[in-house]
Amino acid sequence: MPSIAESFFGGLGRRTLAALKGIHEVSKLINTTFYWFLVSPFKGKPIRLRASISEIVKAGYNSVPIVAVISLFVGIILALQSAYQLKRVGALIYVANLVGVSITRELGPILTAIIVAGRSGSAFAAEIGSMKAAEEIDALVSMGINPVRFLVVPKLIALALMLPALTLIADAIGLFGGFLLATTALEIHPYNYFQQTVNALLIKDVVTGLVKALAFGVVITIVGAYQGFKVEGGAEEVGRRTTASVVASIFLVIVFDLFFTALFYYFT
Amino acid sequence: MDKAIEVENLVTHYGDREILKKISFGIPRGKTTVILGGSGCGKSTLLKHLIGLLKPTRGSILINGNDITSMSEDDLNVVRKKMGVLFQGAALLNSMTLADNVALPLREHTRLEESTIRIMVRMKLDLVGLSGFEGFYPSQLSGGMKKRAGLARAMALDPEFLFFDEPSAGLDPVTAAGLDELILRLRNVFKMTITVVTHELPSVFMIADYVIMLDLGEVIFAGPLDELRASGNPRIKMFLERRPETADYSPEDYFRFIAGD
Repeated sequence: MPSIAESFFGGLGRRTLAALKGIHEVSKLINTTFYWFLVSPFKGKPIRLRASISEIVKAGYNSVPIVAVISLFVGIILALQSAYQLKRVGALIYVANLVGVSITRELGPILTAIIVAGRSGSAFAAEIGSMKAAEEIDALVSMGINPVRFLVVPKLIALALMLPALTLIADAIGLFGGFLLATTALEIHPYNYFQQTVNALLIKDVVTGLVKALAFGVVITIVGAYQGFKVEGGAEEVGRRTTASVVASIFLVIVFDLFFTALFYYFT
Repeated sequence: MDKAIEVENLVTHYGDREILKKISFGIPRGKTTVILGGSGCGKSTLLKHLIGLLKPTRGSILINGNDITSMSEDDLNVVRKKMGVLFQGAALLNSMTLADNVALPLREHTRLEESTIRIMVRMKLDLVGLSGFEGFYPSQLSGGMKKRAGLARAMALDPEFLFFDEPSAGLDPVTAAGLDELILRLRNVFKMTITVVTHELPSVFMIADYVIMLDLGEVIFAGPLDELRASGNPRIKMFLERRPETADYSPEDYFRFIAGD
């Protein structure tokens, strides 16, 4: 029997090594993805345009309804919650400021990212994972086709473009949700509410949200692809990796959100 | 013998376990070579090394005299264009039609006109007896048809080398025999160097010119088919006569084994 100290340090060492191996693998994936995305098109290996468009449709266009409905509801909820507090100080008109700033700076990007992580991040992991299990990835390699170029780069392009685009939609519809509630239930004059929102919002608020969304798109793609490529066994592992990809990408989206929010707070 | 592929002192590990133990052999050009062996003897691993999917711990694999184990990925891709591989489950891309699957290597590696590619795809599919199935998706096909389609894709670039991983696995005897017939025809018509990994004896006797037999990670036989039949090696005889392995531990050992110490 190993002593307590032995098993403690042994376990610690094994976990550290495993974590380092994971970091190494992720950085390798990021490296190859950006090589095939940014460098190789100039060396005569073009990006797969048609596949990128089909990914854009799957990840972007098809997410519009759900993003729209959720951001509308969140806009309404936000207006109600802020009215609950602001009513007491008789400053109901400031609902517009609260809704505007929190939707564009925070809730628009993060809600979109969470929806896309659930829809597309999991789909990426499941697709690549089942291809790995069915030797399709091996087949691509044996045909001299880099699987990262073939599979990951179109997905990266799709999410890097579509997450900011969906965020813009979420911002617009979220603001409209707040507007809808404020002008009906809170009986604020539509023009006043509109004017208040315009005054409260800065271009900066929207742009920082979009920058965040771009970063979230990259995070979700890399996490989904990484979990997919990690599949070694069969269907059961595909399921496990799919779940892991959603959990990990939502977690990382929030970590990156914290990072960017802090960054923008101090440097803009 | 003109060797197309030469394996020298190949050692490979899976984790800490040694799978292939310093094996050396040659694969003759223009012939059908069967790599034979029981389950878990390392034959699928060996195939993955031959097609450059895995890097060995030590040793070298020479294809037309060039060592693929020390090549860069770009050089390896040049060699890969001369290879066609039919995987165990055919490994067709499920999101594409048969025509797109077969056209994939052509679209990726050549600058042919789309109309030329379409004609070539039809030719390849006709060669494996699947003309008219261009628009079908892999999920709409039977196991045997998938393998044929996989073969059409493997042959898309008219490779010099063709590799098969257990071609008859999961097929009924008639379909499997059809596939063997196809392999024979390819060798006779196109003079390809064909390497087949299998444990199906009927196939071996039908298609093999040259046999390499692996047992527990070592080459126990390499030579023409007739010599395999005449071999006196007990392991080979056991395999050819389909005799089960006899448990060779005593009741005391068994007791110790199940007691777990």
